[in-house]
Amino acid sequence: MENYRTPLRRARGLGSAKHGVGHWISERVSAIALVPLVLWAVFGVITLAATDYYGAVAWISQPLNAVLMVLLVAISFWHMHSGMRVVVEDYIHTTLSKSALLLLNLFVCGLAGSLAVFSILKVALGGA
Amino acid sequence: MVQLTLPKNSRVEKGRHHAAPAGSGKTKTFKVYRYDPEGTENPRWDTYDVDVDNCGPMVLDVLIHIKNTIDPTLAFRRSCREGVCGSCAMNIGGRNTLACTHGHDEVPGADCTIAPLPSMPVVKDLVPDLTMFYAQYASIEPWLHTTTPEPQKEWIQSPQDREKLDGLYECILCACCTTSCPSYWWNGDKYLGPATLLHAYRWLIDSRDEATGERLDALEDPFKLYRCHTIMNCAQVCPKGLNPAKAIAEIKKTLAERVV
Repeated sequence: MENYRTPLRRARGLGSAKHGVGHWISERVSAIALVPLVLWAVFGVITLAATDYYGAVAWISQPLNAVLMVLLVAISFWHMHSGMRVVVEDYIHTTLSKSALLLLNLFVCGLAGSLAVFSILKVALGGA
Repeated sequence: MVQLTLPKNSRVEKGRHHAAPAGSGKTKTFKVYRYDPEGTENPRWDTYDVDVDNCGPMVLDVLIHIKNTIDPTLAFRRSCREGVCGSCAMNIGGRNTLACTHGHDEVPGADCTIAPLPSMPVVKDLVPDLTMFYAQYASIEPWLHTTTPEPQKEWIQSPQDREKLDGLYECILCACCTTSCPSYWWNGDKYLGPATLLHAYRWLIDSRDEATGERLDALEDPFKLYRCHTIMNCAQVCPKGLNPAKAIAEIKKTLAERVV
């Protein structure tokens, strides 16, 4: 289909969005943060295997453990959102389905992350 | 909305077989992509048994031999026949490279497939339409940008700064890297691709250029630059042995340096 636009007009498109470096840095920073957090979580779960339910509640109620667990969950969902977003941008090209999937990604990651953080706080603060 | 089937002409059919003439020496079979978008037929794979004893060692020699002695209807681009012009870039044995510098005995297996560069519209047979590729190259304004009044003689550069252009200036824009990049296949309308980004970096790193900030502004875009996911096909296929992926990584590092 001929649309009479010059190739340069098509190559330039809408021009540069002048953003993207923030997303790139946040992907890498969250990945680096997750390395020690995941190692810590694996170590924590191994130590918890020897205790019962009350031992686990006592463990998560310690301020450091509670904060690290909240950070692990929040950063994981943040990182997951960044990665899924890139996948959608890569492969989905129609505006409607792309917008819908980007919204779904944001809402699902936001909801699941918030629920996980709330659950940790509830246990840690003695609600369960 | 969602396209589940490929267009009819994307199915490549079995084509004609051209047997070697009697009295040939050692033969090798070449499976060549044939397509005329102006015709009504689907693309097809034609096979040619080529007397390799009577033909030069490179894939380009084989193609010229086919065109001269077997099938004059075969269309392909070539010019310098020594890896300098980039005209004969094509997909040989599943890998983008220059037909003129790739020996047919380097292709593993009994037969050798020869197809046009992937993901580009085909003009005819092995001739891809590179219009958008060149337009994307033009869009990064690949020339020196200066504000300072021009000096009496040349813009001076130290030998150390000149060395920074090594591994970049050698690019011949053959499009092997760009058309081997899956990210370019999916988003070639917006992603600039490895060749163009390598050239973008060549102008960013040039000590004489005064528009580094503007160039970085023009590149900082989720699609133009950040579709590069370090797949590295570009560095694997470059027939000149360059590393576009490294140049792209340097652009990303420079952009990060600007904000932290």
